[in-house]
Amino acid sequence: MPPTTPKTIAAALMAAGQSCRTSVTGEPRGPLCGMGICFECRATVHGVPHQRTCQLALPQHSPQSPHPPSPIPHSPSPHSLLVVGAGPAGLSAAATAAEAGLAVTLLDDNPALGGQIWRGPMPEAEPWLERLHSAGVQILSATRIVDAPASGHLRAERAGQVLDLEYRQLVLATGARERFLPFPGWTLPHVLGAGGLQAMAKAGLPIAGKRVVIAGTGPLLIAVAAYLRQHGAQVLALAEQASPAALARFTAQLRLSKIAEGLRFARILRGVPVYPGAWPVEAQPGGVRLSVRGRIREFACDYIGSGFHLVPNTELAQMLGCATQNGSVLTNDQQQTTVPGVFCAGEPTGIGGLERALLEGAIAGAAAAGRQPTPAQIAERDRLRRFAHRLDRVTALRPELRSLPRPDTFVCRCEDVSFERIREAAALGGWRAAKLLTRCGMGPCQARVCGPALEFLLATPPDGLRPPLFPTPLSALC
Amino acid sequence: MTAPDVLIVGAGIVGAACAYSCAHAGLRVAVLDAAGIGGGATAAGMGHIVVMDDSEAQFALTRCSQRLWQGLSPELPREVEYTSSGTLWVAADDEEMQEVRRKHAYYGARGVATEILDAQALAAAEPNLRPGLAGALRVPGDAVVYPPCAARWLLERAGIAPRLGMAITSLGRGQARLADGTVLSAGTIVNACGAAAPRLTPGLPIRPRKGHLLITDRYPGWLRHQLVELGYLKSAHASDGDSVAFNAQPRATGQILIGSSRQFDKTHAEIDHAMLGRMLRRAEQYMPALAGLSAIRTWTGFRAATPDSLPLIGPAPGDPSVFLATGHEGLGITTSLATGALVAAALAATVPPIPPAPYLPSRDAAHHA
Repeated sequence: MPPTTPKTIAAALMAAGQSCRTSVTGEPRGPLCGMGICFECRATVHGVPHQRTCQLALPQHSPQSPHPPSPIPHSPSPHSLLVVGAGPAGLSAAATAAEAGLAVTLLDDNPALGGQIWRGPMPEAEPWLERLHSAGVQILSATRIVDAPASGHLRAERAGQVLDLEYRQLVLATGARERFLPFPGWTLPHVLGAGGLQAMAKAGLPIAGKRVVIAGTGPLLIAVAAYLRQHGAQVLALAEQASPAALARFTAQLRLSKIAEGLRFARILRGVPVYPGAWPVEAQPGGVRLSVRGRIREFACDYIGSGFHLVPNTELAQMLGCATQNGSVLTNDQQQTTVPGVFCAGEPTGIGGLERALLEGAIAGAAAAGRQPTPAQIAERDRLRRFAHRLDRVTALRPELRSLPRPDTFVCRCEDVSFERIREAAALGGWRAAKLLTRCGMGPCQARVCGPALEFLLATPPDGLRPPLFPTPLSALC
Repeated sequence: MTAPDVLIVGAGIVGAACAYSCAHAGLRVAVLDAAGIGGGATAAGMGHIVVMDDSEAQFALTRCSQRLWQGLSPELPREVEYTSSGTLWVAADDEEMQEVRRKHAYYGARGVATEILDAQALAAAEPNLRPGLAGALRVPGDAVVYPPCAARWLLERAGIAPRLGMAITSLGRGQARLADGTVLSAGTIVNACGAAAPRLTPGLPIRPRKGHLLITDRYPGWLRHQLVELGYLKSAHASDGDSVAFNAQPRATGQILIGSSRQFDKTHAEIDHAMLGRMLRRAEQYMPALAGLSAIRTWTGFRAATPDSLPLIGPAPGDPSVFLATGHEGLGITTSLATGALVAAALAATVPPIPPAPYLPSRDAAHHA
């Protein structure tokens, strides 16, 4: 196996055993999500504080995209179609719409295209990148939407520069993030998200020979464990909170293609102890304790990857006024949201995985070009949605997980607010009271981490989305 | 349950301060709020404790309040974030320096210590201000608090558990009617609903005045004082039109809170991007390096403005069972404590800390304007 060298500042810091930042109460912190939403990897870079180091390449590593980012348009023209998010759904929407003749601009917060699932050089992404290239899609990478100041107008930021983007139609392919649940020790720098740990490994964190425990829920855990093992990690345990019975019911209904995929993972993971009905109860420096069907088991390890399935990124959709239901963006048969001209595809419409993202992207891209989905597409999407519902059921969090945080466990990592303080304040008026009286959710991640956790722990869904969508230089709001 | 002496409607900073003072005066107090503690203008506001000199009555109320805050400060827990950062009234030119000298004399004659900073001293005090400003007046006794936690502490200190999520549909003649039809009785009902007060006491001369604010990430030491431009006085802030002024505040967290904007006749809480932009450009004129700081959040709030810029504190015209404690516009955090003291003195028939006449709702507003 070739030696791995860190490609991002966050990976380099982790590889050197260093934390990225000191929290407001003095704890050392490192990356959690690995994809730019948790803001735990912030550091001062070249004199500029609060930079997300997971998004910053080391000088010798330019972005991994085979196609260099297009130059920034000097006078933004009204783009026919703007696609936000360059994961599978966005790539599919952009390629389909451009091939149907629309002028398409595709943008993504990450330096490289492919989203989370195709992070790093991935052969699966290549044909899509080729299609984008031949169809003449304009690409704006390392660009994030920060505000929606007026209808048909988004404001973006790219390396400190402000971009005004006008659009006639918009496809939101903003993907998903991991749901993190707090347990004692989860803020230690060796505890990351499961996808977060994989993202760091892809960013060059040396993983070969490292002892790793993967815990949480959902199919991502299996993919991550397999990836890490293929890259030389010793996966000591894979803990899935779903009960053995729930898992058996789920696998019994899988189609052959999924079974084949499962068998491929099973081969890679042969010999790795898989514990259903198990979850992390505490991390300590150098290790983690799991609850395995009522018994506590301790593992000495280098890294813990812990994520509890995924949460749709619906913030931009909400800012634009798109209706949501149960945390997902509502769409019709053509992937159109409740706001005319705004489509949504992939995870924001409900966590459904790669196939669904590609299909919904294709439907949205075609619909933007005035084409109806085919009956076969609709049937396939319905089937994939049914699969997603089964996945939702099997990954439903068991109530025991509500007692994972101790009273003094920080739930809001930006502001270091303990579970006890949040619970007390929430009793005075839910999320808003908790936010006002404790500052939970008021840090730079803007509740993207603690919000979904508290929605589960206290049944207090976050509210009050306010611009900017992501922290941005103040000049972007002028 | 026996009827309380005082039923306070509104658990913002003003209602909480009224509850605190009334409880200290030995009155039995109950507090209700349609939402939570400090969720209205209290949550939206800056939390600047400032002595003002727009009128003698405003000076008296703000000065009395500032001293009450200073007196409480040793007791305030950490989360109230009482910080004696002081105010710098920033003068851009010689004309505004005249105003600095006038204010210095005005405050000095009334026992408030202030200090005139020349251009050099100002640059040393706040290195991130642009070069070329004329100077400033430093008011070291001014401070900053975190208002929602201050309101919560005042209620806790008074031993009062507010009844939250209780919307009142009407009040008068010693009774308050809840949305569910329940009727509560009290000796006196205090309407401390800020900009929403006219809904329960129709006809009050209160107009909501919308404001925008922005908060940055943490930059400890970047800003040391609450900064307010003196152009504030010359600007349209005094008129009815939309206006902005440079206002920057160092939070205890190291964050920087940036204001301010004023707009009448806006009812939607959404960010007005044109107004926000105007406000931020004004701030950048004074502190160009603000442009590069990381902005985390923007929001809006509604001040309860009165025609003469003084609050309404006293019995409601036509119904002495209803007491008003509203209309504090942009000074409610500062003046909450003196308001509470005035309300408690009136209801417990004790000596008020300052003459209450200028704030009585029955005053001739035109006379005080």
